[in-house]
Amino acid sequence: MTHTLHRYGRPEDFRDDYIVTAMPARGFNDEGCVPKQKAFLRAALKYNPVNIGNSIKGSAHRATKDLRPTVHWNRDHSPHPEAVIEEVDRPTTVSAVFDDYDSMRAFVAELVELDLGLSVNISGVADRARECCGEVGLTRHSIEYSLGFQGATEKMPEDRPRRLVTMCGHGMVSATLARKMEEWVRSGRRTPEQACAYLARFCVCGSFNPARAERVLREAVGRVHSAERQPVGDG
Amino acid sequence: MPRWTGGSEDTVKIDPRKCVACGNCVAVCPMGAIRIDRGVNRARIDADECVECYTCYRGMSMEHLNPTLVRAVRATLRVFRLRFDPEPDICPTSAIVPDELQWPRTVRRAFSDVTATHESTGVHGRGTEEVKTNDVTGRVGPGDVGFTVELGRPGVGVRFTDVQKVAQALAGTPARFEDRNPITTLMTDRERGLLNPDVLGEKVMSCIIEVATTAAAASEVLEVLRDVARRIDTVMAIGVALRCDDRGADEIERILAGTDYDVIWAKTNVGLGRANPARVPRSTQEAHA
Repeated sequence: MTHTLHRYGRPEDFRDDYIVTAMPARGFNDEGCVPKQKAFLRAALKYNPVNIGNSIKGSAHRATKDLRPTVHWNRDHSPHPEAVIEEVDRPTTVSAVFDDYDSMRAFVAELVELDLGLSVNISGVADRARECCGEVGLTRHSIEYSLGFQGATEKMPEDRPRRLVTMCGHGMVSATLARKMEEWVRSGRRTPEQACAYLARFCVCGSFNPARAERVLREAVGRVHSAERQPVGDG
Repeated sequence: MPRWTGGSEDTVKIDPRKCVACGNCVAVCPMGAIRIDRGVNRARIDADECVECYTCYRGMSMEHLNPTLVRAVRATLRVFRLRFDPEPDICPTSAIVPDELQWPRTVRRAFSDVTATHESTGVHGRGTEEVKTNDVTGRVGPGDVGFTVELGRPGVGVRFTDVQKVAQALAGTPARFEDRNPITTLMTDRERGLLNPDVLGEKVMSCIIEVATTAAAASEVLEVLRDVARRIDTVMAIGVALRCDDRGADEIERILAGTDYDVIWAKTNVGLGRANPARVPRSTQEAHA
């Protein structure tokens, strides 16, 4: 699964996009991994991630299956990080997304201390991940580079929705919805933060970065100053 | 002609008794496979384009409202030309329901629904661990070059006829197909890159062909991929996986020398994984030491 490998954007567009994942290897260390995966997620919450997720159960931004009709006027867009941790009940991929380098590096440093034995990957600009490894005393083991898109690229969503939808590496975020949300923000029907909350709910594994998405939408409509974003944990 | 269905026996269903044609599910479908049929005023799914990702069913929030009441309210608002601004990610009447899929349609869900675990590999998502667990599995060794060829994403989808086209092209190179990959397990002839003919008509959100070769043969694989990319009706994204040396350095510059590929984004395995000793045969532990 290359769920965080092919994010689309210009290099400067990745300045607030770092994903750290932990995964057991089937047949090698998946037995007894559930407490380790929970420990990974709980540690992540100390560093103000903008999203956390469990690939097979859902992320901190999730659909609600029993809403009241009043929800159209007073929707609660709060993330649910504790639910993500509680739901880990079998081997899976757990992830934490950060919108700043220092938080990501501090989290990776804590993972070194925790020594969970799970495979940990940093998805982001390759040079920044290398820098992080150097700063926390790790030697990179392996790396997978993205060579970008080719083929019938004219069929892909255009630039801005592509930047948004490729943040869900499994393709669960619809380009039509991304365009609709941009239009709603442009016309003042929703704030960028609300629009990104809708988009983030469709990405099950939690690799969607709502902070970057919010910036992309703000840039799209010419409102470059971001409101204070609520992290998914208490920090 | 697309086969529009509000509820066939072989796909996610939109219950026509519950659907109020609000149109919210139309925008959330990543494949554009849902539309409002104005003839009957209900949402319908194009079964041929639907990849069974379950995004509509799982991703949308639900209200469980009475459909008759909702239709009456919507009609009243229309009469008085009043506009209601509903939440865009809600199915107000919980009209979307999953269904039991039959082979070969089951492959659609296996490759499209991230929560589904591939039976062949036991791995969720697109069904392969790739280099993400390489510090434990040793899948890509020193001097190897691993390629992940993802087809269909973002937002296009891929038919297995195109997957086979790429697999056939790769079969003619020195690269070998990865055993622990769901596409490899669908092959009936690895030497020629042929897939099980049952699945060739199926469409999925995306899938990953995985091969490995030597650094010397990497440029040939890249050339073959560039050529076959011109002959497929979908988008392709290539990943190049390498084992770093003892200093953490890799040979990507040498691998891509003479090409116009520019690498910025990567997935870095930081080497914190290790096998449970009790689970790994001694010979394997030594090999990965």
